[in-house]
Amino acid sequence: MADREPILRFENFSFQYNSQAEPTLFNIDLTVHRGEKILIAGPSGCGKSTLAHCINGLIPFSYRGEMSGSVTLGGKETREMSIFEISRSVGTVLQDSDGQFVGLTVAEDIAFALENDCVTDPELHERVAAAAKLVDVQDHLSHAPSDLSGGQKQRVSLAGVLVDDVDVLLFDEPLANLDPAAGKQAMELIDRMQQATGAAVVIIEHRLEDVLHREVDRIVLMHEGRILADQTPDELLSGGLLAENGIREPLYVTALRYAGVAITPDMEPRSIRTVALSEETKEKVRAWFRSTPPAPLPPEQPELLEVKDLSFTYANGFPALQDVTVSIRRGELTAIVGTNGAGKTTFSKVVCGFETQQEGTLSLAGQDLMELSIKERADHIGYVMQNPNQMISKVQIFDEVALGLQTRGVPEEEIRPRVEDALRVCGLWPFRSWPVSALSFGQKKRVTIASILVLEPEMIILDEPTAGQDYRHYTDIMEFLTRLNRRGITICMITHDMHLMLEYARRAIVFSHGRIIADDTCANVLTNPEIISRASLKETSLYELAVKCGVDSPRAFVQRFIDYEEAARK
Amino acid sequence: MTNLFNYIDRPSPIHRLTGATKFACLLLWSFAAMSTYDTRMLLGLVALSFLLFRVSRLRLTDVRFMLGLTAGFLALNTVLLYLFSPRHGVEIYGSCHVLFGTGRYAPTKEQLFFQFNYILKYFSTIPMVLLFVCTTNPSEFAASLNKLGVKYSVAYSVALALRYIPDVQQEYRDISLAQQARGIEMSRKASLGSRLRSVSSILIPLILSSMEKVEVISNAMELRCFGKNKTRTWYMGRPFRAADIASMVFCALLIVLAFVCNHLNGSRFYNPFL
Repeated sequence: MADREPILRFENFSFQYNSQAEPTLFNIDLTVHRGEKILIAGPSGCGKSTLAHCINGLIPFSYRGEMSGSVTLGGKETREMSIFEISRSVGTVLQDSDGQFVGLTVAEDIAFALENDCVTDPELHERVAAAAKLVDVQDHLSHAPSDLSGGQKQRVSLAGVLVDDVDVLLFDEPLANLDPAAGKQAMELIDRMQQATGAAVVIIEHRLEDVLHREVDRIVLMHEGRILADQTPDELLSGGLLAENGIREPLYVTALRYAGVAITPDMEPRSIRTVALSEETKEKVRAWFRSTPPAPLPPEQPELLEVKDLSFTYANGFPALQDVTVSIRRGELTAIVGTNGAGKTTFSKVVCGFETQQEGTLSLAGQDLMELSIKERADHIGYVMQNPNQMISKVQIFDEVALGLQTRGVPEEEIRPRVEDALRVCGLWPFRSWPVSALSFGQKKRVTIASILVLEPEMIILDEPTAGQDYRHYTDIMEFLTRLNRRGITICMITHDMHLMLEYARRAIVFSHGRIIADDTCANVLTNPEIISRASLKETSLYELAVKCGVDSPRAFVQRFIDYEEAARK
Repeated sequence: MTNLFNYIDRPSPIHRLTGATKFACLLLWSFAAMSTYDTRMLLGLVALSFLLFRVSRLRLTDVRFMLGLTAGFLALNTVLLYLFSPRHGVEIYGSCHVLFGTGRYAPTKEQLFFQFNYILKYFSTIPMVLLFVCTTNPSEFAASLNKLGVKYSVAYSVALALRYIPDVQQEYRDISLAQQARGIEMSRKASLGSRLRSVSSILIPLILSSMEKVEVISNAMELRCFGKNKTRTWYMGRPFRAADIASMVFCALLIVLAFVCNHLNGSRFYNPFL
């Protein structure tokens, strides 16, 4: 790699926000070369977002703080540049591709940086057209953001930074809001853009396996503001650092470890495509499969929610649901999956009574739901929105959780014990007298769940329960939901997250274009190529591992892995 | 999605005017129409606005909703006006021709003529409002405001508002539904007081989650050099053409005409009863 010159260099760099008592970054030493692609991984609060801000100039220009050491961009100290100068050289694609979309249409959003640079026509239109073509949105130039999918919005953001000739492309959690197939395409696009522009690429993401869908030169692992490791993927995956620091290893790596295989860099474990499996390894995997007993099937429970021939069309004529028939049994933990606009959110809205279907029936434990108002249905079916800030309206945790009981006229002396009980179940007892604003995102999520739980519903529907959470917090939330589930509460989660579905849900209901196209165990869904492609899912690497190792039944292998993990968690 | 603009893309000479021209013309035209009660001039404005509506190739069906709304409002306004001051016309025109009946509410020629003028004012301005709303491409509006001399940061905030209003509306609906599910009554069943309290339980989460967005948006704009230079260019910007200048001059002349009428009439009212 002699031809590569360093473009971005941190030397003994530390940073402390003015608002914080302790530094967020300590003694960072990191060099990124031109044309290199690096992944920065680490749990929430490890400082990776702060590091990103230091790269794109938001630190020190928007967020103030104390810094020491040096950050240079193309040999120039960034604190001596302006944020505009830095932006010419570092293009940032933020995590929230919707919030980042500042134009009224695709073309205007792409043009934004050029407009601010006073580029005039015809050059302005030409450069926008070229950038749009590069990321394949040239047919959507006059579309409003509401007409685009998450993946398309992200491509527009990318085009918006590619209009300038940047040296570094910085991606902040590019996979967070994408469905699995779109995530895969995003990584492929990033790869192509890097080859087309020769820029260095820095990706901040904790979904390791999905990023490694395309080659990455190095992974920088961060923990509590320090760099723990700066290694090739092969080296890092061979050690145990990832799992110790709250990062999910690729599933095939975990499966190999379960089988007792020692992973070494020369196996090239960076991808399921490259990993070299010796005969001995394959036999170990097969032996593990044979020796792991299948989990006993849970006893059949009576049906709780029954949906028959449900059809719903929005006022604008969009048929969001067509002939949906499904039944959910008491005590199940089900994942509802599908692309944006496939009907999964509409389905839950109709179930909760937020929208009224044109055709079909809904019943809960034999009772016709059509007879119940939104409020009455909420006594049976709770709905938890994706962003807890969209639900919390009280200052104190206790009041927030008590709200639903108060509006139902429950006597005050009964409210207190019920709220306290819900707080205990949700692990919020120590915080009972805190204001909501002092809680972390995950804790707020628990508050919203507690405020639903206190109404003692039979069923809870959660929209993307783990969105924006790192592996550790995500595990916390899911363990908590699993405990609720064991107490007999039926749980439905709407999700894009394949791991979530595979690890925690027994059953997956797959929506596509307003219809249910599959209703099966998660293992079966994620090993069915036809369903995977129709619902924009992604095949699990466990399946490929099983095929590579010559396991007789790769599907059963996937199920066995899930059962094994579940048993291990208990 | 309801929005300030209801842009209908159907090319016409009116569409070809810049958004700022249309905005300025709307203000000038309304000012002219508001400043006089000269029946002849108002009739002229009504005729002209109907003609312009034809020229714009808008159809009545495009604006049915807004027309219905304003018609309802106008009807209410007319009735209330009569109920509260049935003798207003008599005061203005200084004569009293009772058509039939007796007492305060007996209709007079003066009152009917006054209310006729009042309705004419509506009819002369409403088509212009509709023209502005339906033929202005929101993307281009901010650009042309900037051309009119409005600072670009202010002009862009107009564009941003247009961009995010539908998002906020959607979020309001979602939050409202989730809060209703928790038992907050938003329907007419609840008293006004408790409904106001309920609205606050929606607005607080709405404001909090919007605040989160503000940080993302301002970072996104800064990272793409918003505010770097004293000026900026506009992708959707269009130069002012002769037709733009002519339209604005014409509308400014309407104001002059209105003042001339008022001067000749000796007051804002044209009095046929003299």
